Amino acid sequence: MKAEDVPQDDSKSYDGQRKLLYAVNNNGDYQGVTSTGWETESFATQLAVDDLNEQTQHALSSAQQGLSSPLAYHMLNLRFDIASLSQSSGYFQWQIKRHYRPEIFNKLSDKKLKKYADVMNITIAELKKIPEKL
Amino acid sequence: MIDIKLPIEHQQSSHCETGVVSTLLRSKGLNISESMAFGLSNALTFVYLPIIKISGMPLIAYRMPPKTIIKTVCKKLNVKLKTQTFSNAEKGMQALDDELEKGNLVGLQSSVYWLPYFPEDMRFHFNAHNLIVYGKTSQGNYLISDPVFEHVVECHADDLKRARFAKGALAAKGLMYVIDEAPKQIDLVPHIYQSINKTAKMMNGLLLPFFGIKGINHLAKKIKNLSPEKTKYNKLFLAHIVRMQEEIGTGGAGFRFMFASFLNEAATLTNDSSLQKLSEQTTLLGDTWREFAMDSVLYCKKRQSLTLNDVSDKLMQCSKDETALRKALLALPKTS
Repeated sequence: MKAEDVPQDDSKSYDGQRKLLYAVNNNGDYQGVTSTGWETESFATQLAVDDLNEQTQHALSSAQQGLSSPLAYHMLNLRFDIASLSQSSGYFQWQIKRHYRPEIFNKLSDKKLKKYADVMNITIAELKKIPEKL
Repeated sequence: MIDIKLPIEHQQSSHCETGVVSTLLRSKGLNISESMAFGLSNALTFVYLPIIKISGMPLIAYRMPPKTIIKTVCKKLNVKLKTQTFSNAEKGMQALDDELEKGNLVGLQSSVYWLPYFPEDMRFHFNAHNLIVYGKTSQGNYLISDPVFEHVVECHADDLKRARFAKGALAAKGLMYVIDEAPKQIDLVPHIYQSINKTAKMMNGLLLPFFGIKGINHLAKKIKNLSPEKTKYNKLFLAHIVRMQEEIGTGGAGFRFMFASFLNEAATLTNDSSLQKLSEQTTLLGDTWREFAMDSVLYCKKRQSLTLNDVSDKLMQCSKDETALRKALLALPKTS
């Protein structure tokens, strides 16, 4: 890639930051060139972010209807998935899935809830609540 | 408490680990660029591990696992690196303060997610990010030179503590490292040829079909065999590959441009024109990887009549180019 071909597409996901790429200058030597974004890359990022938001919205609606506990919503909202939440909280994945059920989640002791709250950096009260919308 | 602000030449880098190594070595008077650190650590590779899932997607990487670069470079250059992990977060923060008071720049491994200065869309639970702490304000905020950012940043102590001690896969356990001693001068030339040879040997992959050129072929086959009806999964799968290749600081084309930059620098250092030719060949390889990224996204957009077969064929082209590059790299003498 030539230095003048380094994309400067002002990607939204960069949030005004610039990233360093390596490219060839007019002398045929490599140099670092900052980029404000690449449309190809930001499309891929946006696709992944949209998918996560969709899943989070789904978990929120399901918690609002009382079909599941607030746990799945908070997990997704804080960019965890079941594997990473399991690894960081110490709960097995089947335990987390069980805690998705409102009747089981509502009976969890504060000690058990605290494990989630600590990993997510929120209070137990916040963990039990859900917002009206995303 | 008074402000501590150690002298540092912040340099923006493409990748966190190579950037931290380069800045730490430069602070000790050893002029090693980011690309040079990358090349010397034989870190260029390809990995496609479908059994390990990240957010439901297979692990795809274009370099060796975290910590390889810093360890390999320091070992090769005979740099004494002091590393420590902590079971207690308070002790880990105290140890950081102690090193700063001694006047040492401190490298840290941390989570990306809990560092508040990252843009929202780039925050995710990845625990093997690297940064340098170069001071502390009297209010207790840390002064950070994060290599992937243009400018230095400041971070609240609680946030930094959370980021250093986040649990989960690749947990840092507060890992911190300080360069104790570095040689004044080093002849890089023999290391350059040896590293190129080692990198080339690894490019073919191990026995298993998940690494190097074999891994690329495996992924190409996987793309070809995706069922065309599952449009949503296919899109997310291809987008995931593109993100691993471009979004996660790689310097473009999954570290291929950085490796080409290393060869270019090596050519100047050694006065060996064959290295410059190899650099140009690697640049073309990188360009093919960028085309693969573009094709993947075009497929996602459905703007052109691109099929999964076309995307897979482009990846096979990358694989062919890598095979040719490997051959050319191996044809170099092992020593100068």
